[in-house]
Amino acid sequence: MALEVNGKTYETDEEGFLLNLNEWNEDVAKALAQGENIDMTENHWEVINFLRDYYNEYQIAPAVRVLTKAIGKKLGPEKGNSKYLYDLFPFGPGKQACKIAGLPKPTGCI
Amino acid sequence: MAAADFEVPKLKGYIEIPSIRPGAMQGIKSFPANEKIQEGLGYPGKLVDGWEQKAVSKMGEMLRKYRSLQVFLDACVHCGACTDKCHYYLGTSDPKNMPVARQDLLRQVYRRYFTLPGKLFPKLVGARDLSKEVLDDWYSYYHQCSECRRCSVYCPYGIDTAEITMAAREIMDSVGLGQKYTNEILGKAQRIGNNLGMPGPALEDTLAGFEEDVEADTGVAVKFPIDVKGAEVLLVTPSADFFAEPHVESLIGYAKVFHAAGISWTLSSHASEAGNFGLFQGSYENMRKVAMRIRDAALELGAKRIVVGECGHAWRVAYSFWNTLTGVGAGADDKYAQMLQKQLDHSYPQPSHICEVSLDLVKRGAIVLDKEANDHRVVTFHDSCNVSRGSRMGNIPGGQFIIPRELIRSAVNRYHDMAPGTTHEATFCCGGGGGLLTDDLIEVRVKGASPRANALKDVVDNHGVNFLALICAICKSQFTKVLPYYGFDMSMVGGVHQLVSTAIRLGAKE
Repeated sequence: MALEVNGKTYETDEEGFLLNLNEWNEDVAKALAQGENIDMTENHWEVINFLRDYYNEYQIAPAVRVLTKAIGKKLGPEKGNSKYLYDLFPFGPGKQACKIAGLPKPTGCI
Repeated sequence: MAAADFEVPKLKGYIEIPSIRPGAMQGIKSFPANEKIQEGLGYPGKLVDGWEQKAVSKMGEMLRKYRSLQVFLDACVHCGACTDKCHYYLGTSDPKNMPVARQDLLRQVYRRYFTLPGKLFPKLVGARDLSKEVLDDWYSYYHQCSECRRCSVYCPYGIDTAEITMAAREIMDSVGLGQKYTNEILGKAQRIGNNLGMPGPALEDTLAGFEEDVEADTGVAVKFPIDVKGAEVLLVTPSADFFAEPHVESLIGYAKVFHAAGISWTLSSHASEAGNFGLFQGSYENMRKVAMRIRDAALELGAKRIVVGECGHAWRVAYSFWNTLTGVGAGADDKYAQMLQKQLDHSYPQPSHICEVSLDLVKRGAIVLDKEANDHRVVTFHDSCNVSRGSRMGNIPGGQFIIPRELIRSAVNRYHDMAPGTTHEATFCCGGGGGLLTDDLIEVRVKGASPRANALKDVVDNHGVNFLALICAICKSQFTKVLPYYGFDMSMVGGVHQLVSTAIRLGAKE
């Protein structure tokens, strides 16, 4: 599968996850978000940027619990809960937010 | 939760055998593995030229190696005892999901190439050439079997139907047709040490976070040690316990148990996975590679005991296969196996299941559980297929049924079993085992969970059950995802050690 943004083609896997992490940019993120029916707001970008930073450091997306705690610490306790994250990304912050952030889909017994 | 684009079975609170709907699940196909994934495991990247012949010769090789396979292919008399025993048949009505019919997809080909009547008069004996059509059926239906072996319990010949599914998958892998979900994960476990692909530093950071959480929650500095040399216990647990909800709650439970009992323990970044997808794939070599990491870690860290966390198929591999795979057990004969044998403390079962460790501590008074802390819960227990039918626990027959239930009853006041015929050795698979826990098989997973969901509905409606206790990471993820399709709340799903975690007394013993 592939995604076309501004005339450039980006390869994705069967579920629409970007294959090459380094090709990610904000326009690609917007296009991926559109495919998920998500309008990107400042709140969405905060989560996406956190995910990308975490991934750059640890080579894996954070556990939901790690994500909620980090968001709470950084952005205030009212945002540090899974309800806040599910409101932003209804299909799950792990899978849907990872996709928009250009990260591979977390898989395992999860 | 997404609205289902397929028909979700209606729950009745009891299990009904459906009329057949031929072809109902014909088109279902999980994503095949790409070249990179396949080649990483030493398989051809894509379907090889001349695959028909190569698949038949692989089958011949396996028949020579595994006499059991030949017996299972020869012995079936099509009596039909297994037809209504499979959760995928009960949930999908597709007759090819009757275990006898699913096995016959392989058996027909076996007859054609390996039996005299099949070679001479194929039509008379139901023998078939291996064609693309047959291969497509193999790929589809052998990924609608979770290798749970419920049908085997009812087979008068004792045919291990899971072994036939495993053989079919191994043959497909050998000609370049593998499943993405299983094989991608197996590659990660072999390269990085766990199914998630979580590197050591990420694991350390995650565990440090749990220490903060538990201390904030309880005021007690419960530790989550990793790579500690000289710790008594090496705990090997599914990596989902580090990552997913409600799995993390059980990990916290194990840590509290070791803390309260004063047992030194450690996790390992090298062997940060109990699960072993080599079993699902039917590959002895891949299963051994994953299992070896655990032996290496135990030797490196000098552990005296190996304890396995809440993971169904991990426990089957550990209890039933580690002995011959890695020499953790009496059959050890190579140098490192013997080193490990000498190192381990044989006054404990090796390996031990976390449930037998905790229950033993409760019985000896080394930890105290306050049942009242769980009084908001009415609990039932789902026996995991691989634990129930592929292993044992403790030193009494049926220990794998008795020990988890006794542990639960020591942690809660209100407990109700689900209907007989759906528990113990007759338990239904959660619907997500055996390499099926992937979004591309969601329809199979939801439908396959319907027998369990029916039994659950009965105890929810009639006994007020609000907590489904589990000892398997796959069961936890599967039920969290599929039970909402049946109107249950996902928060009712949790681990046995989540109950222990709630009830355990961490302060000074009174």
